[in-house]
Amino acid sequence: MTDALLELRDVTCTFGGLKAVSDLNLDLPHGILAGLIGPNGAGKTTVFNLITGVYAPSAGSIVFEGKPIQGKATSAIARHGVARTFQSPRLFADLTCLDNVRIACHTHAGAGFLDSVLSTPRSVDEENEILLRADALLNSFALGQYRGQQARSLPYGQQRRLEIARALAAEPRLLLLDEPAAGLNPQETQELMRLFRDAREFYDLTVLLIEHDMKVVMGICQRITVLDYGVKIAEGDPDRIRSDPKVIEAYLGDEP
Amino acid sequence: MSRRKFNFGLRLLWTAGAVLAMWALDRLLVHTVNPYIYRILVLCGLNMILALSLNLVNGITGQFSIGHAGFMAVGAYTSAAFTVYAVPRLFGVEPGASGLIAAGPFVLAILTGGMVSAIAGFLVGLPSMRLRGDYLAIVTLGFGEIIRVIILNVDAVGGARGFAGIPHLTNLAWVLGGVVVTYVVIQNLMRSYHGRALLAIREDEIAAEALGVPTTRYKVFAFVIAAFFAGVAGALFAHYTYLHTNSFTFMKSIEVIVMVVLGGMGSLTGSLLGAALLTALPEALRFASAERLIVYSILLIVLMIARPQGILGRRELALPGWLAKLFRRRGVETP
Repeated sequence: MTDALLELRDVTCTFGGLKAVSDLNLDLPHGILAGLIGPNGAGKTTVFNLITGVYAPSAGSIVFEGKPIQGKATSAIARHGVARTFQSPRLFADLTCLDNVRIACHTHAGAGFLDSVLSTPRSVDEENEILLRADALLNSFALGQYRGQQARSLPYGQQRRLEIARALAAEPRLLLLDEPAAGLNPQETQELMRLFRDAREFYDLTVLLIEHDMKVVMGICQRITVLDYGVKIAEGDPDRIRSDPKVIEAYLGDEP
Repeated sequence: MSRRKFNFGLRLLWTAGAVLAMWALDRLLVHTVNPYIYRILVLCGLNMILALSLNLVNGITGQFSIGHAGFMAVGAYTSAAFTVYAVPRLFGVEPGASGLIAAGPFVLAILTGGMVSAIAGFLVGLPSMRLRGDYLAIVTLGFGEIIRVIILNVDAVGGARGFAGIPHLTNLAWVLGGVVVTYVVIQNLMRSYHGRALLAIREDEIAAEALGVPTTRYKVFAFVIAAFFAGVAGALFAHYTYLHTNSFTFMKSIEVIVMVVLGGMGSLTGSLLGAALLTALPEALRFASAERLIVYSILLIVLMIARPQGILGRRELALPGWLAKLFRRRGVETP
């Protein structure tokens, strides 16, 4: 599979004696919306941390758009086009919503330090463009009214949305979402998922999603990978996962 | 959105006007206020440069450096050595010269002080910016002391006798210029992507990194800029008064930190305010002679209890409307 956007080959990550992820193979074709599920402690977030370079894999390779990225700095991987959200939102709490989004607009930040200091035309144009983009994103996530407010002052549901808007500002080609619906009520979840489906189409994104809300996962994911104790135990479309005996035993349980 | 065009001529005019205004103010004050007040104003300006630059590291980027006096010392001694040893040979300008003839080499001396200090900042920052909190504090503290002790033992710059024979070229106009340049540079930086990257590091380093901010590089960057301006302040100081390593002890670093914290971490106008207050306060308390330091400490304690976030917190003092209009950065919409 050479046309895969992201390829994980025999990726292993050990912490001391513990194998958090072992020999994981995962291919994400361009444009897919894939899910990653499994019981607590199965290594789902570790997989995210491996892809984004927070941890370097103990063995194996991670290839993004044909280039190996394992062992690179997190910021370098982000600049290659991988963005993520966190399990509990990690917003820049004391900064405004606008600044939260503007910080992520690195693709448009080409002006150097001297440009900024002298506020040359280049820097001025660039800042205006970043401002336009950030505002457009805030508006499309219905956060326009909060643009000047501190991120910490937002209700929880809006914070989740702001985090996704911020990740999109980085113009990623791969978006990793770590439990985006956690802590949201069903209505907020619905709203977020709708938003997020639109955004995916609009920005031509490939998405990998960790989620415990099975309605969400089964409802929107085209393909699901199941992890248990760091090992991939199943992979396939939602229907297959739902009826897989190993998945039922490890995670879903008998009662549907 | 109204986009005003970048106008180089207008900007040049502004700069020239500002230089002229500062020079005029200096001439006016020299002849009207007594030398004691004048001296306090100069020291106040130097402290403003120090506080503004330290704020970039401690307040804006959220790191903790307590070696700022060390960078000031590097700038002071390199610029002084430049003036005493290099200027007569390179330009044939004798140390006693004054006026415009001395101004050119003096600018070079200030820049040399700043640049060497910035290089020192880079060398210290590169390995230590992987540390944070207490560990970074210890490294910077160690650096400040090492620099001081090294200088104390270099005979060419006077060693323990102090560095004599430096022409006193600094006046209020130069110091004011230094304050304005420092303020404008840091403020322009804060209104750009780079400045916001520094804020992001303070807020959440992991998230900043995940959004493409190379955090280590930006931390070193902030450290280098801060060191540069500390060096500039040192250079101005060296050409103003008797130069001795005793001026750059650990206590000086602490003094600057107190200014930043008191004014408000991350607030530029707060740093200006903090520097002004803490330079003036000990002088204003001179009448209490022996009890002066006790009163000073009590005032600080009361202030920190009443406003732990500093006088301004993270806000900036706003100029009145018409002034703000004058100084608004041309071309960029203010969000």
